[in-house]
Amino acid sequence: MATLAMTTLDPQSRAARRGWSDLTIRNAFIIPTIVFLIVFNIFPLLYSLGYSFTDFRASTNAPANFVGLANYRALLNDPFIWSNFAITAKYVIVSVTGQVVVGFGVAMLLNRTIPFKGLITTLLLLPMMLSMAVVGLFWKLLYDPSFGIINYALGLGRFEWLSDPDMALYAVAITDIWMWSPFVMLLSLAGLSAVPKHLYEAAAIDRAGTFYTFFRITLPLVAPILMIAIIFRTMEAFKTFDLAFILTSQPSAELISIRLYKMAFQEWQTGMSSALAYIMLIMVVGITNIYVKYLNKVKER
Amino acid sequence: MAAVKTTSEVTLNRLAVVAVLIITIIFLAPIYWITATAFKPRNLATTIPPTVVFEPEISPFVKLFLRRSQLREQPTAEEYAEAPWWERLVFDGGEKIVRDGKGNVQLSGYPSRFMNSLIVAISSTVLAVGMGTLTAYGFSRFKVAGEQDWLFFILSTRMLPPVVVAIPMFLMYRWFGLNDTHLGLIILYTAFNLSFSVWLMKGFIDEIPKEYEEAALVDGYTRMEAFFKIVLPEAATGIAATAVFCFLIAWNEYAFALIMTRRDAQTAPPFIPSQVGSGLPDWTVIAAGTFLFLIPVAIFTFLLRNHLLRGMSFGAIRK
Repeated sequence: MATLAMTTLDPQSRAARRGWSDLTIRNAFIIPTIVFLIVFNIFPLLYSLGYSFTDFRASTNAPANFVGLANYRALLNDPFIWSNFAITAKYVIVSVTGQVVVGFGVAMLLNRTIPFKGLITTLLLLPMMLSMAVVGLFWKLLYDPSFGIINYALGLGRFEWLSDPDMALYAVAITDIWMWSPFVMLLSLAGLSAVPKHLYEAAAIDRAGTFYTFFRITLPLVAPILMIAIIFRTMEAFKTFDLAFILTSQPSAELISIRLYKMAFQEWQTGMSSALAYIMLIMVVGITNIYVKYLNKVKER
Repeated sequence: MAAVKTTSEVTLNRLAVVAVLIITIIFLAPIYWITATAFKPRNLATTIPPTVVFEPEISPFVKLFLRRSQLREQPTAEEYAEAPWWERLVFDGGEKIVRDGKGNVQLSGYPSRFMNSLIVAISSTVLAVGMGTLTAYGFSRFKVAGEQDWLFFILSTRMLPPVVVAIPMFLMYRWFGLNDTHLGLIILYTAFNLSFSVWLMKGFIDEIPKEYEEAALVDGYTRMEAFFKIVLPEAATGIAATAVFCFLIAWNEYAFALIMTRRDAQTAPPFIPSQVGSGLPDWTVIAAGTFLFLIPVAIFTFLLRNHLLRGMSFGAIRK
């Protein structure tokens, strides 16, 4: 914890001579959290990094044999894993695009004087606060081919949303769009309300068209906040487990998290799954880095 | 906008209002449907066309809490008359209540899962918000070398995919006997929420003017007294909002609970979907369980409405 070593103290510290010193307080407040996170997040990851170089199986008592990079090599040469990644990429693109279109669209509609605007906004935000697992469960009821209201409302007869290999992934994405468009809407609304009114007035005086106003004023000013929404949703969609796991068991909708779960806790290939976990981890840390950069950028404004 | 609105602008506005209303109805329809199903008689839950108008029943909620089995033979008129109202509701559904040797009514799996959810969510929230508030104060008020890096490290732990963390944690918990225990889940949820709580609380504490504490320090308070008597009361709203967020995150969590718990410490999110399992599920009972589970979420969302933006952006966007 060398980096936590004291630099210069707060100038006010002379007043804190009584009781604990500022240094003690700072360390007592910060170090437990850092230690907690290291013990319960970083240490386990180091532990599984070790396992990723072995053929360990948690279901047997056989000792782990060191196999070097064999797990990584096997995974990267496995066409099925690549297809899981491809499915995940497709899912991320469909679901995030859908959320941005619906979320930003609704935010544009809401960005005006509307009766009961506060109440409507809160109601629209409800889906994203629900449990993914429970949402998955009740969308199963909605998607049911024989008595689901979606087929009834759309007049689709006995359309198999969740057991049709071509449709299952889109069905999961639709549910995800329902659940998370409100998130994009929430952030977009914040961005839209921050656009200075005088810019629109100036555009109106110049007789600028609606499209010109949108592409030259609205979009550029909302873009940074919208980017936060997009990156965050991309990261979350990439990690999606609950929703797809509960909604469907179609191989065509087997996201990478689900493959990892099956490999680790159903097939008990602990070593191999640790390696896959690391491949995923590196990707997630990459996206997180971009995300935090954008967060700080918006913060500075 | 110009003070005088043209007719086309007024029409456009009206159209937008209508569109918003339609979208709101579509968005709320799934939630309405699961709620309605929770109050339906079983034979109306899965009809075609869907039953929209019906007389609400509470039998799904009665069944939700009781362990039941298929009724082999009809109860005699006497048995039926002597049974309490809730047992009659179960008889009416063609089922009977399972009793132990002493004749005590057996509960279903639901109440204990609901309690587990409460225990785990509340304990982890208290821990995460408590530690998070202290850490946020530390980062907000004192100089820390590499502050940005530490904050990034803290946030990055939050972004780890649950299944990735679960693999080694499962093995470690097996070693320490923490699988399927409340404590095991509480630790995981605390770690998961801690980074969120630090980031959110830092935003709230940054907003409290340093001058308040400085004045208190000059008045002879120690730093600790100033923290407890000045900063904490000022941060109360922020602490409450952070706590509600942490509670909801823990309450809703599925992947860790699925992997780390089987029965004793299982929470509601893995339990509720597992009821669909095999055969013909009784959707009214499942919907009743879902409805009860969603009530706290709906209430808290309403209470949090002015803080949602902030919470969802880890405190970065404040409005």
